[in-house]
Amino acid sequence: MSGRVLVGVKRVIDYAVKIRVRPDKTGVVTDGVKHSMNPFCEIAVEEAVKLKEKKLIKEVVAVSCGPQQAQETIRTALAMGADRGIHVEVTGKDYDTLGPLQVSKILAALAKKEDAQLVILGKQAIDDDCNQTGQMTAALLDWPQGTFASEVSMEGDKVKVVREIDGGLETVKINIPAVVTADLRLNTPRYATLPNIMKAKKKKIANVKPADLGVDLTSRLEVLRVDEPPQRQAGMKVETVDDLVGKLKETGHI
Amino acid sequence: MFPARYSSKAHRCIQALKIKQAELAVPQLYTTLHRRTCSSGTAPRITTHYTIHPRDKDPRWEGIEMERFADEADVVIVGGGPAGLSAAIRLKQLANEHEKELRVCLVEKASQIGAHTLSGACLEPSALTELFPDWKERGAPLNTPVTEDVFSILTEKHRIPVPMLPGLPMRNHGNYIVRLGNFVRWLGEQAEELGVELYPGYAASEVLFHEDGSVKGIATNDVGIAKDGSPKDIFERGMELHAKVTLFGEGCHGHLAKQLYKQFNLRENCEPQTYAIGLKELWTIDEKKWRPGRVEHSVGWPLNRNTYGGSFLYHLNEGEPLVALGFVIGLDYSNPYMSPFREFQRWKHHPFVAPTLEGGHRIAYGARALNEGGLQSIPKLTFPGGLLIGCSPGFMNVPKIKGTHTAMKSGMLAAEAIFSKITAENVDSETTGLHVPEYSDSLKSSWVWKELYSVRNIRPSFHNYFGLYGGMIYTGIFYWILRGKEPWTLKHCGLDANQLKPAKDCTPIDYPKPDGKISFDLLSSVALSGTNHEGDQPPHLTLKDDSVPVARNLGIYDGPEQRFCPAGVYEYVPLETGDGMRLQINAQNCVHCKTCDIKDPSQNINWVVPEGGGGPAYNGM
Repeated sequence: MSGRVLVGVKRVIDYAVKIRVRPDKTGVVTDGVKHSMNPFCEIAVEEAVKLKEKKLIKEVVAVSCGPQQAQETIRTALAMGADRGIHVEVTGKDYDTLGPLQVSKILAALAKKEDAQLVILGKQAIDDDCNQTGQMTAALLDWPQGTFASEVSMEGDKVKVVREIDGGLETVKINIPAVVTADLRLNTPRYATLPNIMKAKKKKIANVKPADLGVDLTSRLEVLRVDEPPQRQAGMKVETVDDLVGKLKETGHI
Repeated sequence: MFPARYSSKAHRCIQALKIKQAELAVPQLYTTLHRRTCSSGTAPRITTHYTIHPRDKDPRWEGIEMERFADEADVVIVGGGPAGLSAAIRLKQLANEHEKELRVCLVEKASQIGAHTLSGACLEPSALTELFPDWKERGAPLNTPVTEDVFSILTEKHRIPVPMLPGLPMRNHGNYIVRLGNFVRWLGEQAEELGVELYPGYAASEVLFHEDGSVKGIATNDVGIAKDGSPKDIFERGMELHAKVTLFGEGCHGHLAKQLYKQFNLRENCEPQTYAIGLKELWTIDEKKWRPGRVEHSVGWPLNRNTYGGSFLYHLNEGEPLVALGFVIGLDYSNPYMSPFREFQRWKHHPFVAPTLEGGHRIAYGARALNEGGLQSIPKLTFPGGLLIGCSPGFMNVPKIKGTHTAMKSGMLAAEAIFSKITAENVDSETTGLHVPEYSDSLKSSWVWKELYSVRNIRPSFHNYFGLYGGMIYTGIFYWILRGKEPWTLKHCGLDANQLKPAKDCTPIDYPKPDGKISFDLLSSVALSGTNHEGDQPPHLTLKDDSVPVARNLGIYDGPEQRFCPAGVYEYVPLETGDGMRLQINAQNCVHCKTCDIKDPSQNINWVVPEGGGGPAYNGM
């Protein structure tokens, strides 16, 4: 086993920033807006680094797809303990339409190329909330998947994953190589402290183009329009059940 | 950094609930009329920060590794604003010119350069042209030359126009309306290209000293301390950055500068600094109302003649119909019932202002304190191992309301003064940290000093019975006609914190309710600033004495901090036991404006820097 873990990190608009829809309704304003690493990706990086510290794996490789600024996100992952980074350069129109399908194709290609034994991702990104990339990557690679992980442990040539599901917790044992996606309670990510950021500047980030990996980035989706959520209308207070029924009839709901 | 223990969806829910709470409930302003007797028992513990409760005496910290990693640079600069970045750029320019190697490190508490920058702003390009004569080719974001300059005195319903004659300080001919955050970001890019090491997201939290008392450098903030002051699993010490000289460019009322004043007695021969608070919003407006290059200033309503302040409204020309507008109020006001935020909101309804905003959409909000002391309040600028630059010592030209050009120039002069000293083979220095008094001398013989000298009496001239009108007459005679050459220098009134009158001597102000279209409530405004902090850390608004707020601030002044804070950090809420009130500090809302540290009548609040990366997320403010 190569002992290599691939971790995907995504650069997203910071969760505390108020989102504004662009005047032309084609998307949201991103220019100059504060961005940071997707919180679930931070958890994924932390888990990978923890596995390395426990000597269960040998190398952590951080991957991000996007324009030049994605390198900052990779640097943060390197500062948290990843060994090297891969920046898959995607810009312009391709970046606007970049979605889980394209990213999972890229990750699948990289996982094969790097001979990774584990791919750890965040369960979803906070900008699109898709929750698809991990699952698609596993399917493209034909690898088993342990998603919504709240606990991960390596047991020989298998990985035991405790998954958070609607009914409670489900424990699965899956063969390596596998894809794991991190949920909130998996761990508490460490800070990327300044000495580590300085050291991270010396770590390598390789530059790769999607074409080099043989990946076709054309999207199957077309965004027609982006709108702000409708303003919440004021409610009405009624005194009795009859009033309620009357109002519902009036507004055509029943 | 890691968010509080909620998913992003939950966070948005909580945010929405907070807004709804503000809309539904009457704000928890506790007036003396309804006050029950405050419990005289021990106040609940509010402050847990280690600057108030040292860790070496705290049993929870026994055995924790407190060693810090240290690194050496030639120059360390605290603060990535116009002054700090100009100094860094100038140093690297000189190093390249003279083919010398120079390691310049700059730390900035905001998560990205420009995220904590807030200003009107009408930039005077003088200092920029000195720094980069080719700034236009380099793409500096000065896109809006001033085309129209309008000044008004407002009354409740009307407006008295005042002609902007050449020679008046407020005239903006030749200047540019800029989004200072974008300009600072551009400066950061120029600095990086020149090889400056920029570290946004890391706050300088401690000044380090050599054994001989000179400044050795700074240490960045520790991370991973829980809200109750105990260490978390992910606790890590900050890092030490040592330098031959450290430049402090923290902006108005910096927290490290506050310590340095005491340490080196830098303020013994100058007046206390006097401040104002500036609140600002960005609006996209109806295209028909948009007049790019138009600059509007006003004084008068809604302030009375004895409260210094006024408004600005600038039409930017950056593609979309954007206006930057805001309100500035001198923090030497005396009525504890005054709320700068609500004055700003009600000013927007004036018949001269509201039409511009009708049909528009507010997209940003923020606030920051600014200096008004001018020449009289400039402290000693140099000390062994360090210098003060920019708005930290305070070079703002108050009547022009411009401080960026002087801040930049001070940074450049600092760089020039220290360059020869730090690259010399054998430096003749008494102390290990270099002392560079030449900086002070070169500043005093520069245009900065001349400019500040000529306007030194304008702000203090407002302290007369006629207030605003007396000040304007003084300006007209002594500045416009006599160019500030009068032989006397007027004094300020002392500390802003001492100007508040007790609540019983003042009348509460009846502010109109926000209409949700032009004026807004506080919490939805704070949400627009994008401010956030790691929730599980000690509140960085520290109190020297936890019992003083209820006993003194609330008792005598009716809790002015719940009104002057532009972010809703301070709230007086009833005690759970039902008897009396307590101060609740919502540290996560803080927008780092520093007003509380300045205006607290008990001077009990000490603002210290929170974990780096926290604070507002301004975008081109």
